[in-house]
Order: sequence, then C-alpha cells, then structure tokens
Amino acid sequence: MSNVPADLKYTRSHEWVKSLADGTVEIGITDHAQHALGDLVFVEVPDAGRAVKAGEACAVVESVKAASDVYAPITGEITAGNPQLAGEPEAVNADAYSAWLMRLRPAPGALAAAALMSSADYEKFLAAEG
Amino acid sequence: MAFIPHTPEDVTAMLAAIGAKGIEDLFDEIPANLRVKSLAGIPEELNEMAIGRLMTERARLDGAPLNFIGAGAYEHHIPAAVWAVTTRGEFYSAYTPYQAEASQGTLQVIYEFQSMIARLTDMEVANASMYDGASAMAEAALMAVRANRKSKSLTVLVPATVHPHYHQVAAASASNMGLKFLELPYCTAEGITLVESLKKYDGQDVTALVIQQPNFFGRLEDVDALTDWAHQRGIFVIAVVNPTSLALLKPPGEWGTRGADIAVGEGQPLGVPLSSGGPYFGFMTTRMAYVRQMPGRIVGRTLDVSGREGFTLTLQAREQHIRRAKATSNICTNQGLLMTAATIYLSLMGPQGLARTAAASHARTRELVAALTRVPGVRLAFTGPYFHEAVLLLDRPVAPVLKALSAGGIHGGLDLGGYFPELGAALLVCATETKTQADIERYAHALGDVMQTARAA
Amino acid sequence: MPAREKVIFEYSHPGRGASDQWPAEPPAAALADLPAKLRRARPPELPEVGELEAVRHFTRLSQLNFSIDTHFYPLGSCTMKYNPKACNQYAMLPELLARHPLAPESHGQGFLACMYELQEMLKEVTGMQGVALSPMAGAHGEFAGVAMIRAYHRARGDLKRTEIIVPEAAHGTNPASATMCGCVVREIPVNAQGDVGLEALKAAVGPNTAGIMLTNPSTLGVFERRIEEVARIVHEAGGLLYYDGANLNAILGKVRPGDMGFDVIHMNLHKTFSTPHGGGGPGAGAVGVGTRLMPFMPLPIVGKEGERFRWLTQVDLPQSIGRLSAFMGNAGVLLRAYIYMRLLGRDGMRRVGEYATLNANYLLTRLKAAGFDAAYPERRASHEFIVTLKRQAREHNVTAMDFAKRLLDYGFHAPTTYFPLLVPECLLIEPTETESKDILDAFVAAMSQIQKEAEQEPERVRGAPHTMPVRRLDDVRAARQLDLTWKPAAQP
Repeated sequence: MSNVPADLKYTRSHEWVKSLADGTVEIGITDHAQHALGDLVFVEVPDAGRAVKAGEACAVVESVKAASDVYAPITGEITAGNPQLAGEPEAVNADAYSAWLMRLRPAPGALAAAALMSSADYEKFLAAEG
Repeated sequence: MAFIPHTPEDVTAMLAAIGAKGIEDLFDEIPANLRVKSLAGIPEELNEMAIGRLMTERARLDGAPLNFIGAGAYEHHIPAAVWAVTTRGEFYSAYTPYQAEASQGTLQVIYEFQSMIARLTDMEVANASMYDGASAMAEAALMAVRANRKSKSLTVLVPATVHPHYHQVAAASASNMGLKFLELPYCTAEGITLVESLKKYDGQDVTALVIQQPNFFGRLEDVDALTDWAHQRGIFVIAVVNPTSLALLKPPGEWGTRGADIAVGEGQPLGVPLSSGGPYFGFMTTRMAYVRQMPGRIVGRTLDVSGREGFTLTLQAREQHIRRAKATSNICTNQGLLMTAATIYLSLMGPQGLARTAAASHARTRELVAALTRVPGVRLAFTGPYFHEAVLLLDRPVAPVLKALSAGGIHGGLDLGGYFPELGAALLVCATETKTQADIERYAHALGDVMQTARAA
Repeated sequence: MPAREKVIFEYSHPGRGASDQWPAEPPAAALADLPAKLRRARPPELPEVGELEAVRHFTRLSQLNFSIDTHFYPLGSCTMKYNPKACNQYAMLPELLARHPLAPESHGQGFLACMYELQEMLKEVTGMQGVALSPMAGAHGEFAGVAMIRAYHRARGDLKRTEIIVPEAAHGTNPASATMCGCVVREIPVNAQGDVGLEALKAAVGPNTAGIMLTNPSTLGVFERRIEEVARIVHEAGGLLYYDGANLNAILGKVRPGDMGFDVIHMNLHKTFSTPHGGGGPGAGAVGVGTRLMPFMPLPIVGKEGERFRWLTQVDLPQSIGRLSAFMGNAGVLLRAYIYMRLLGRDGMRRVGEYATLNANYLLTRLKAAGFDAAYPERRASHEFIVTLKRQAREHNVTAMDFAKRLLDYGFHAPTTYFPLLVPECLLIEPTETESKDILDAFVAAMSQIQKEAEQEPERVRGAPHTMPVRRLDDVRAARQLDLTWKPAAQP
C-alpha cells in the first residue's frame, strides 16, 4: 500500500506539493511513483531562476528500466533544485517525501488555479488507476 | 534445400503435430488475393561453387589499381590477425548483447573500445560506435542541441573545409528536427577556416561550431583559436578527427583552453578495409557531464550478484526501446563488428605502431607532393601544414587526366571540381604507409607522361 | 563457459608491441613541417601487447559469447538465422575489399553490377518500384522512409501532415524515427486478437496524418488480416503506409508488402537476408518505395545505362531526401545479402517464409502441449509467437526473465523478453527456418525441465544463470557508479 501523507497535495502525474512558510512550494515525486520506477539511478533537477508553466516538464527521474519526466504542478519560478540528488538519486527511493526535487515560487494566483488533489483524492485516484 | 535442414520425414511429423495438411495451410490467415503469384524477376538459385565463380569474375572486373584517393577513407595496412579473429563466429554471428551473461565477450570488447577511443581523443567517455563518421557528426549536432541548454537557436556552424559529404549527411539527417547548418567560408590561399571569418556571428545565438582536423583538404586548422573563440561565446565545439592522425596531432580534449565538448570521426582507418564505402564505423566521445545526452550504446563495468566483475549495457533509459519518441536517437545498432576490428587493430598497433603509421603516411604524402609538383603544370594549392593528404592544382581540367591515369591502373586522387569549383582544376591526393617509393615514382612518371601527351596534343 | 578474461590494458608492458605489423619509422625530419602547437604532447595510452597476447585475449573474449554458430538463438523479432560462410568469404575477395568508395565507375563495374542486381531482386521480392541501399540499419531505413513521406507531402504543399500513427505494440525505433523526422507520434491500440483496431484507426486519421508505420506480421507474431482495409482507411485520409520490414522473413516469397498496399518499406538485410549481426551491427536497412515516393529516394543509387552501371546523383533525383552515409552505406553487408539471395534463388526465397513459419508453428504446438500458454492461442503463429508466463509468475513467483536466464544454463540463448510491452511476462520466440526439428525438440525439453524446476526448486530458476562467466549483473550499480573506461586506479 502506498504511503500518501495527509498534509500534502498531489497531481495526476504523481508529483507531491508541499506549501512552505515563505510562500514557496516544495515538489517531489510520490512514493507510488518511486516504487513504480524502481531503483533510481539519475535525477536531473532544474536550475534556480527558470520560469515554468504548469504541466511543463522540468525534471527527469531515471531508473534502469524507465525514464520519466517530472512536470511543474504550478506556474511560477524555480527557486532551487535539490543539489543532493545528483550524487544520491537513491534518496528518492529511501524517502520520496523528504527528497524534494525543486522549490518553486508560484506566480500570482497560480496556486489557486493549479489542479491539485487532496491526499484522499489521490488515494482514490491510485486505486482507480489499479 | 539451401540452409534448411528438414528431411521429408521431419516435415511430415511436424505438420502432423500442428494438425495441418501442408505448409500452405499455415498461411491460411493471409487473404488469398494477396498471395505471391510469381517471382519471375528473381534468378534461379546458384550453388556455392557457381557463386564463387561469379563473384571472383566480378571482383576481377574491378581490378587492383594503385590507389592515391583518400578523402575520408584511407588505405592502411591491416594486420592479418584483425579479421582472422573478428570473423570468428562467436563475434560475427552474435546479436546485440542484451543478455549480458551470454555476451561478456562482446561487452568487454566494447568497454575496451570505449577506453581506447577516449584515450586516443583525450575525452572522458565514448560510446560503442555510430554508423559512420558522417552520421556521427550529424548525431553530434543533435546532441549539442540537447546539451547546450543556453542556446535556443539550433544553429550549427560548419566550415566549408569539412568533408562535403558530411555537410550533406548532416542536412539530410538533422534538418527535419529544425537544425540549421550555416557554412563558414575558407581562406582560398591557405585552405583553412580563419577566426576572422567567424566575427559576423559575434553576439548571435549559435549552438555549436564544427571543426574538422585535418580538414577535408588535409590542411591543419588552428584548432586552439577556433575552440577558444567558440567557448568564449558559450558555443559548443564538435571536433571531427581522423583517428590515425591522433597518434601525432593534438587530441580534441586538449584543443584550446577547455578542449572540445564532443569529438567524433570516421573509424575506418583503424583496421577496416575500404570496401567501396562500408561497412565502416563512426566513433563519438564527450565529457562525462554530457554522457546522458549521448546517443548510442554504452557499456559499463559492474559486479554480479556474487561480487564478480562483469560488463553490461548501461544508461539505457536514453534509448529508443525505453524512451520511444523521447529517445536521444533512433539508433539501436552500433557497428559492432567494425568496432571489434578496430579494438584488435589498436591493440596490435599500440601507441608506437599507430604513431609510425601516421608518421609514415605523412612522410609518403610529402614525398608524393614533392614528386608530383616537379611535373610541369602541377603545384600545391595551399600554403601551410597538411597531414597525409593535400590539394594540387593542375594547369588543365582534372577529369581527363584522372581518366588517362586510371587507364594505366592508377587512381590518382579525387577531382574537387564538383565540390569546390572556385579552386579551379584541383586534385586531392593522399598516400599512406602502404605506398612505396616505387609506387610514388610510378605515379609521378605517369602523370608526367599524361601531362606531356596532353600538351603535345 | 570459460571464466572472465582480464582487460587488455592489464596485459600491457611499456615497449612491447606487435612490431611486425608496423611500418618502418620515418626519419624525424619527415614530421618537421607539423607545428609543435598542433602536435600531441604525450602518446595516447593504448595497450602495448604482443601479437599472440592480443590474439589470445580476443579469442578468449569471443568464447564468452553465445552466437548462432555456437548456440540456438530464438530471439524474437531478430531473425537469428544461419549466416552462410560463403556470403562472408566471397564478399571479402581482395579486389572488393581494396576498392575505394570514390574510385571511378570504370573500376567498379563488378561491384556496381552486384548492387544493381540486389536492388532489382529486392524490388521483385517486396513488390516495390524502387530500391535504395544506403541506409545502414533498420532504424536508419525507418528514418529514410519517414523522411520520404514528409518530403512527399511537402512537395505537394501539404505542410500540415506531420502525424505518424504507430500501433502501441510497435518497436521503439518507430516512434523514435518519426520524431527524428520532425513528426508527431500518435499511438493506437490493437485488439484482443492482435489486429489493429479499425475504429481507433478511423478516429486517428485526418488532415494531419502523414502516414502509419506497421509491421506485418506484427510484433505480436500474427498476421494483420485486415491489412487491405487498413490501407484503404489511411490512403483515403491522404496518408501513406510504411512497412517496417523487421518481420519480412515470415512472408518472404509468400506475400509482398507492395501488394498489401504499402508505399514504402525498409528491409533489415541482417535479418531476412542473413547478413551477420556482428554483436550489434553492421546492419543494412535498404528502403523500397512505390511510384509516388520514387523521386525522394536517398542517394546514392545504382543506375544502368546500356551495359554500364553508374551512380545516380542529385542531378538524376533532384528531390532526393539526400545522402545518409558518407559513401555507399554498408556496402560489404549489401554484398553479403546479394550473395545470399543468389544462393537461395527464386524457390529458396519462398522456402524461407514457408519453413520459418513451419518451425514457429511446430514449436508453438509443442510448447502448448508441454503446458505453456500462448498469448494468442486462437491465431496461427507467423515466423514467431509469444508465450506468456503470467501463470508461472503468479503460481511460483518465477518470471519470464528467470526462464530466460535459466535457458542460458541449458545452452539456449534466451528468447526476447518483455517485448512487446503489452503482453505480461512474455517470451517472444523466433526459431527461424535454419534450425532442425531436433533442436526445436531439445528446446521444448529444456523449457519443460525449467517448468519442473519452477515448481520444485524455484530458487534454482530465480538464481540463474549458474554456468555463465558471470551471474546476474547489478544494473543499478552500473548506472549509479558509471565505470565506462578503464583506469588503472579505479579497480572495483
């Protein structure tokens, strides 16, 4: 059974979103996603300062068998990519919810406009996806 | 039946097991109107003796001329051991090493090949080979677009001194992806690309600059200055190099202050016969930082479950069988057999043998140039150093001269008229270590005779 | 099999070398014209070994491989048939090897005659109107084919047509090649019997359709029965049909892609026409076209004027998609295919399709009788078929990969595993026509034995292979701790 923390928001492409105190958000991939990919061997994160649109591919997670794009859940500007992951992609497998990929400052109004799910909805979504 | 071992009893037993009356029954799902009626255009079969005779006759038709053509494919001595070992069935008839445990031989050869090519070019990492030098350059341009994230223009500068066929292959291979190849003019006195000719691109968004060394004319480009010019402007440098020359010439990893970003080339000089143009192989190298943008197969060393060393295909998530439409390239083969030959060739040559081959080829070409330019009406086209290939200018059209030489069993070089009309009657000649002093004298005499006869007439 | 072999650099001793193979050292003055700033400072660190050391090393490495010459290699979709020795020997006659690609046509009439006749024979056996030989692999042929489709639409001013339809079971090269041609890929499903869903196809085609790429028989090992209907739908929508020749062996001499309605095809000469796979190449991906695409064929092509053969150039085909190789593609591979086709002749060509199909159907029948599940039990096998080990995975926790690895211990190369992606736990098995009934029976016996092991001692299967030079390799370590070139200090 996948681990879906209640205090986060989720996307249909299996990203999680956490609101930080300074108004930015932290983004990673869910436990379900890391499990489906298997042992990660490479993670590419975006550079700070990059402007992204919701739905735009902005990071890559790669295992031996698959490579998958990670999409920006919200329009805004990247404030940081997690520098730890370049040398330690396995951190995502170890704990998908502490190994964030990027931080982003949402554009005005973008957070409210983003199509995010609650943990309960994401669990239902996972169950329906089979 | 050719290559089919079935006896009539086998066929009967197999059909009985399937529950079919005849082999035709097995095709009953194919609409009858689509079935082949006749293959009249295919000749009757030949047995091995007859095909041997036919091919021997065909080969004899092509003769054994004395060859002085280079232009991207070079006639070097190939040690007997190279193809004796390469054509062993275990290399020749194996598939791509997907089942690593049953393909350690091929995988280790690739690993050794990658190591040798990286050392020869002084780059950090090499792939398991590309189709040929020209397609490797086209793939390098596509790779530069992926790797040079600062540039959005998809513009690649390609000097006119790069092999004209490479220009054509790049355009045919990469234009559909939106790449623009801009040709840089060359200095007609020196036959090289001048840094001044790049000035008009100052301040423009350019993705990559290609530099071929030696260039198509055999001339040596000022690779340090060109590389630094590009890097100061955030432009990637794609080196196109002759592997034999790298025993003597500065490797792309050391060009300019930072070295080239990608280096590719035609691997044919490393133990692969001329064979009318193929199969050859391209090699491709880069910096570790860009390895995930590199196309093609890559082998890595790792451990098995019991801790033994072994080799396996790695970084496969870049490739078409996983990423499909998002792969770095559609390439799925490499030129495995040719790469195997090259690995054996480089092992037999070592640093000394390769350096001697390069030096002897260069020395022979200098002797050739000296001998030919003693013939009245023949002079060297460009000033400045060249490597094992040079352009001569004749005082009359090249084609009839080559034709007369060819009638005497000498292939005297490549007529550049169709490629570089502005040079006039230009002839690209090459000699390698395979040519003797007597061969060179024979060519010089024949050329003297041809020019004399033409003058008299 | 023998144990592992050292890396060649570990045999190296400074000053050793196969010096008999080297030319004499020219006087230093011969290099005096090369400026110091363009010279290499240190010699490249290549291995320094004697000739016998090198020969032994590479011979030992060869012995670590499975190959057709040594093992049954039923690798689905790869057509691992016997590569006749005559094809190699007669393609390597000294005059053919020594011929320079830019040598005059007058000294190439023998070679050019072979190439011209190869073009003609390939046209006849595929039912196409023109053939170009220069693409150097299957994927390269795919690129050429899709590029011709694009050029055709462009030449008509039909610039919107950039969508290529690909069934979801297609080889990964199909979408990748289409992308490299600047096309957008649209995947459509296949139905439960393995045929393209016609409704999905009708919904997918339209004014943006450039074409569809199909393999027939498909990668599911069954013949696309409604191919004429598929052709009609795509053509009526203004698109063209691309035939991926990966499975041409199944129908050689029986059905021709040109007669099915295809406009363009690539042929994997290293599959159907038995040129060697060489551990991953060289291949050859000749393309054939119908009348509409003739003007766009890649160069060079061999033409015939009277009794003389000559290269066709941009002057002859001004609308050509251009040149895809520096010279003439994999010419030596093309010679091998030519020799193979002449050895087979007209009747031999037909026997290829017939006996490849007989062997596949026999093997499928025997495996079903031994308790294995066919993925498409109601269908005829083509030259290959799919067995699904879903049940074994569920009941014994033994996967298709485990079966594949255990087969190596029994002296059989593994079939293709986990392709096509839409059949779970699948083995795609292609025996080819050159294997005898005895070999097929032995393979069935090995599969049955492994099945027994899966029931009684599954650990033995899950831990396989046990008799190879290495056991299962750590792919995750290989990708995380990249070791791609040998370094003296970086011994693991």
